[in-house]
Amino acid sequence: MTTNLTERSHAALGDSTLQRALGKATNTFIERRREAITSVDDWEALRVRARRVKEHTINHLDHYLTQLVENVEAQKGKVFWAQTGEDVSRYIIDLARARGVTSVVKSKSMATEEIELNHALEAARIVPVETDLGEYIIQLANEKPSHIIVPAIHKTRDQISDLFEEKLGQGRPHEVADITRLARQRLRNEFLSAGMGITGANFLIAETGTLVLVENEGNIRLSTQVPKIHVAVVGIEKVIPKYSDLSVFLRLLARSGTGQKQTAYVSFLNGPRQVDREPGFEFHLILMDNGRTRILADEHMRESLYCIRCGACLNVCPVYQKIGGQAYGWIYPGPIGAVISPQLQSLEQAGELPFASSLCGACRDACPVQINLPDMLLGLRAAAKESKIDKKAGEQTMMRGYAFAARHPKLFALGGKLMRTFTRLMAKDGQVKSAPFAPLSDWTKYRDFPAPRGGSFRARWKKGTK
Amino acid sequence: MRVSLFITCLVDQMFPDVGEAMVSTLRSLGVEVDFNEAQTCCGQVAFNTGYRPEARAMAEYFLRTFENDTADFLVAPSGSCSAMVRNFYGELFAQPDDTEWRRRLDRVRSRLREFSELLVNELKLEDVGARFPARVTYHDACHLLRELGVSEQPRRLIRAVRELEFVEMDAPDTCCGFGGTFSVKFGEISDAILREKLARISGSGVQYVIANDSSCLMQIAGGLSRAGSPIKTMHLAELLAQR
Repeated sequence: MTTNLTERSHAALGDSTLQRALGKATNTFIERRREAITSVDDWEALRVRARRVKEHTINHLDHYLTQLVENVEAQKGKVFWAQTGEDVSRYIIDLARARGVTSVVKSKSMATEEIELNHALEAARIVPVETDLGEYIIQLANEKPSHIIVPAIHKTRDQISDLFEEKLGQGRPHEVADITRLARQRLRNEFLSAGMGITGANFLIAETGTLVLVENEGNIRLSTQVPKIHVAVVGIEKVIPKYSDLSVFLRLLARSGTGQKQTAYVSFLNGPRQVDREPGFEFHLILMDNGRTRILADEHMRESLYCIRCGACLNVCPVYQKIGGQAYGWIYPGPIGAVISPQLQSLEQAGELPFASSLCGACRDACPVQINLPDMLLGLRAAAKESKIDKKAGEQTMMRGYAFAARHPKLFALGGKLMRTFTRLMAKDGQVKSAPFAPLSDWTKYRDFPAPRGGSFRARWKKGTK
Repeated sequence: MRVSLFITCLVDQMFPDVGEAMVSTLRSLGVEVDFNEAQTCCGQVAFNTGYRPEARAMAEYFLRTFENDTADFLVAPSGSCSAMVRNFYGELFAQPDDTEWRRRLDRVRSRLREFSELLVNELKLEDVGARFPARVTYHDACHLLRELGVSEQPRRLIRAVRELEFVEMDAPDTCCGFGGTFSVKFGEISDAILREKLARISGSGVQYVIANDSSCLMQIAGGLSRAGSPIKTMHLAELLAQR
């Protein structure tokens, strides 16, 4: 990546259209969620149950994946274990070539975004068409999604109208209804001509070999049923043990994500489509690792894998609300993105993300499976320092010096006295407005810094605090 | 009752008025107050910035300082520093051979209370006899709210202050953008978050914003001062010491 997080967020903060779009969208989602969770008798109990299921499944992942694969294969589905993103792309390209497929329809899938499948398909001269409205917009704009469930959250209606006019050449659709009508017309033909449909999955049920897909637009159902071949690309952490576990997650997911009690469609797929007079439908399940077993191996960080990709932590995050998804620089933004991007990619590449948080904890409260996101961020910060990936010599010296002084009260008091003297020298009317050196200058660039009056508390105590 | 102050480095070195206000309020309630002069800092800044060995050394020093304290409670004018000891120290002593340290930690953390917790939960008080004729709002400091689950106690204490008008701002539980070293590492983002907070504070039409953490107050006051706002910040301890 050529830019750093500070540069990208600077651009985002200076973009007033983006700021309006983000503010409006995140507030709407927060309100909708707040309302939706009141329709559940005991929301907290539901979260606890969901977390227990995830905890159990992730701790016995090998068992449930084996069971899942047996059941999918028994229903004539093909299963492919992919260790990396390239393995996924290669499998799909080989399959497409073997079947003479030149165009595929795709439903919204973070797993395929994660591995940049579209690039690989295009390079192999296979045309991928995104069929989720938000993803379709993003594909037309040649951008990356900025939210886990609302990929075009950063775009206003006007921007989308302009985009459609420019890219589709069918006039300017003004109202939301006109925009969706136009997209629908275009996408119908794509569904009918595509040789393959590629989806992700929200859940995989081990005991029945069922793929569960949640959506509002109906494009997923079309992607899985119209083309002859359906390929599902799914992270290995998406498995749940039993059919009876599902209701807990469906209730949590819709409410946390879009603030709905239930999404418009929930599809259950068992093996390839069966049509009496039309044989030859295929179903391929690609179980993708791509760094997940690495997370699994770390007992402390393992709960990062409980995520059901609802996006609630993004909406409530004060940082996400301000900089949006694209500034994060990786496909998963917000608190969960700052936790899993450095783990799925590497700490070297995405190690600055865990530091870009005030650790306020709103994400943990919103998380339907109670992932302790601030704790995960702290763990990654420690890992970045321990491995010297986030090495800042000045900061390290200061921190070591401070830790030393903190074990020597007299030195500590002397340091405090020097600090107070310096700040008083730089202050006007008790406030430091600018400073010649960091980190104080990093503070005074945006805020005033108070110059303390008088001595320390300990000095006053000695003199006999009132 | 006898309490021992965990004054916190920030109040000690930057905001001693807050410490003195806490002492005078406690004494006015008949509480005996001790101050252990060996204390320095809990190490949160090192822990939150990823420097675990440094944080561990400071945590060990903290526990040595306070483990033999015989007061009924340790009291801190900060939710964040209280949460560091109560909720996060455990991670610094998580190795199998840290059993002895964990035992020492339990002895200290079971007695540690944030100031408003001590007054409301332990002393069973709401009205401490304060008087302050002004319109005020309250900012929920994140760690106090989400790590310690304290939101009602400070509000009850504020509402009981004579001649005071309490106004809830819109979304009082959203972050002020401070976040320790986050505020200087990502100053521009921190400032953007702060501006949202300041707009909500101004929108509530108050003269004072109250919080229980001097760190949040330093961020909020810095923003108010830079914007030339007439609104002032005040720590809860300072409010409760007004007569």
